[in-house]
Amino acid sequence: MVSITGQNEEKKAVLVLGCPQVPVQTAVALYLMHGLRRLGVRPIVAGNPAARMLVDVSDPLHHYAGEMVDLDTCIADMAAGRRKYDYYIVFAHNDAGVSYAATVQSISGKKVIMIIYGENFKAIADSVNFPAEKIVAKAVHNPMPMKKKIDEVLPWLVSNL
Amino acid sequence: MACIESLKYEIILRNATFSECREYIRKNCREHVTVDPGFALFEKPVIGVPPILLGLDGDSITFPYTKPCYGTFLLRTENPEEAARIRSLLKK
Repeated sequence: MVSITGQNEEKKAVLVLGCPQVPVQTAVALYLMHGLRRLGVRPIVAGNPAARMLVDVSDPLHHYAGEMVDLDTCIADMAAGRRKYDYYIVFAHNDAGVSYAATVQSISGKKVIMIIYGENFKAIADSVNFPAEKIVAKAVHNPMPMKKKIDEVLPWLVSNL
Repeated sequence: MACIESLKYEIILRNATFSECREYIRKNCREHVTVDPGFALFEKPVIGVPPILLGLDGDSITFPYTKPCYGTFLLRTENPEEAARIRSLLKK
């Protein structure tokens, strides 16, 4: 493991998953978790039951995924100050994803990392008007465009946010 | 708002944007209240793009509700206790 965080205490990232109707979401989430672990960051997954189950079935021994949290519970805990993370990563392929990202940004007060994908990626990215680092790719069935973007920016994001 | 199904509600807008929800509330609700995302409504945090507007008409509350797979709805429900709680917070 190569840690670039430069601290002994393990950092934590929450991945807020959207509706799993776009095929690349689970693959990109697992790849991102792999990248985060290589950088010494523990990934926590928040999502609805279907999104969490897809991660659970794809990573049954949780080599990549850490704790799994119900989406509504996670947001409620963050709003009440019971949960805090070092990185907030929100998946968005529709307006609802942007709404969740805006909520997480407002509650945490931190810049969020948005993974923006799907057919309407440009319109979704343009609608973001709050502090966010956007990783944007037209990824629907093929995760490679998003994988390449993640490879390019993840070390910088982990070092700088 | 996981408990939304336990409420008796009316759907006013489907697949709405937050600006459409705000516009409707400003035009159609007697009182409106701006809250931050995460504000507890029916004991659950409101999801949304700020500024989030809630509408009040007597005992009725009009509010945006977002589901990951279905987008944003504008809903109206009658709840005297919750309407009174929101008004009491406003007076502070």
